[in-house]
Amino acid sequence: MKIVPKKPDRSLVAPTREIVKLERRLFLKQGLSLGALTLLSGCNVTDGDAVQKVLSQMSRWNDGVQAAIFDPARLAQEYPESAITKPFPFNAFYAESAAPRVDAAGYKLELSGLIRDKAPWTLDKLYALPQTSQVTRHICVEGWSAIGKWGGVTFRTFLEQIGADLTAKYVGFKCADDYYTSIDMPTALHPQTLLTFKFADELLPASYGFPMKLRIPTKLGFKNPKHIAAMFVTNDYPGGYWEDQGYNWFSGS
Amino acid sequence: MATETATTGGQRILVHPLMVRITHWINVVAMLIMIFSGWRIYNASPIFDFKFPVDLTLGGWLGGALQWHFAAMWVLAFNGLAYLLYGIFAGHFRKDFLPLTPRAIFNEFKKALHGKIAHEVGVYNAVQRAAYVGVIAVVVVLVLSGLVVWKPVQFQGLGAVMGGFEGARIVHFFAMSLVVLFIFVHVVMVALVPRTFLPMLTGHAKNDSHGQGS
Repeated sequence: MKIVPKKPDRSLVAPTREIVKLERRLFLKQGLSLGALTLLSGCNVTDGDAVQKVLSQMSRWNDGVQAAIFDPARLAQEYPESAITKPFPFNAFYAESAAPRVDAAGYKLELSGLIRDKAPWTLDKLYALPQTSQVTRHICVEGWSAIGKWGGVTFRTFLEQIGADLTAKYVGFKCADDYYTSIDMPTALHPQTLLTFKFADELLPASYGFPMKLRIPTKLGFKNPKHIAAMFVTNDYPGGYWEDQGYNWFSGS
Repeated sequence: MATETATTGGQRILVHPLMVRITHWINVVAMLIMIFSGWRIYNASPIFDFKFPVDLTLGGWLGGALQWHFAAMWVLAFNGLAYLLYGIFAGHFRKDFLPLTPRAIFNEFKKALHGKIAHEVGVYNAVQRAAYVGVIAVVVVLVLSGLVVWKPVQFQGLGAVMGGFEGARIVHFFAMSLVVLFIFVHVVMVALVPRTFLPMLTGHAKNDSHGQGS
């Protein structure tokens, strides 16, 4: 008779333990392949799939976070004129030669929405508002940046002048090049947000947004509309040309 | 980690506590998303005279890559924060990464060159400790420089020490490069010593290799 050393009965214990281990391993494996799957399916952001929904929701959440950390009193750094980038890069969703030629004489800025005095504004009337200038860094969503000098009226002054509802959520812009975008009211009221008519002390050339560009040094470049033809104040989310395609709406700096 | 768990017929020790394993694998997913989407973002306006191969990038276009980057950053940051708090308050850093002296790192490195590397299960040698402490510090710099690139006006105080927006972009790029280098060496080491892989899933390893190996 063989003497069997006393051991726990592995035929009973081991299988359960193995199953637990296997389950744990499968769970991790599935978790990893799920991660890999989301990586693959996420490659096409135009897919109306679940991944895209989550990413879009995260972008809305990021809008909220940025609104919360936006300090209305914090100023973007201003630079000496010697720091101005020359030549200042052209940037739009079309080639420089396609920039719209707006007729100055026939131009009128259209106003609508939550604004008391919606009378359109001629350029002469806009030029008669108190003018100021700034040398600030334009940061593109692509990652490059350039320093420029813009001159015009503090946007807050203009909004007060037209009797805009300063408690509304958004200011929207429609542009002569079919571009459109919108910004939050706190940014619209920021002291460095300017409705500009000049670049480097000269009237804005067509490629830089004649007759006017809203210069917002606390937002990325694409949030700075050029060739503005109409603006409106609203509480309904207006979106934007790039924002509707997936760029983050707030895009604060 | 050397919390002993006695089992029948052999000594199995807890190499990686559950919290380390969970945060490790969440970090793997978040970091890979951040790196591959980050490469796509870099390609939109390269800092240096090269682009990352498009097939190795995530997002499909700049807007898609930014969505991935700005979504995964929260996972990376909160997971990293949980790991740091655990490391500090549960003693993980003190027990596993300390003591750490330049002399010990140098000696260990010299030994490694002579092919004598310590493989004590559940105990990191000095070079490993330096690598892990180093990569944690680099990820902290990566996150901070990312904050400056994301919000250069709001975080301009932090940006000032990195040379502003443009400086922070470069810091962000090199911190990423160091993390990628770490991942490469880390994965190669695991491939060379495959038995170190399973404990990062199960937590445990058999304590069958005492002291110095060769």
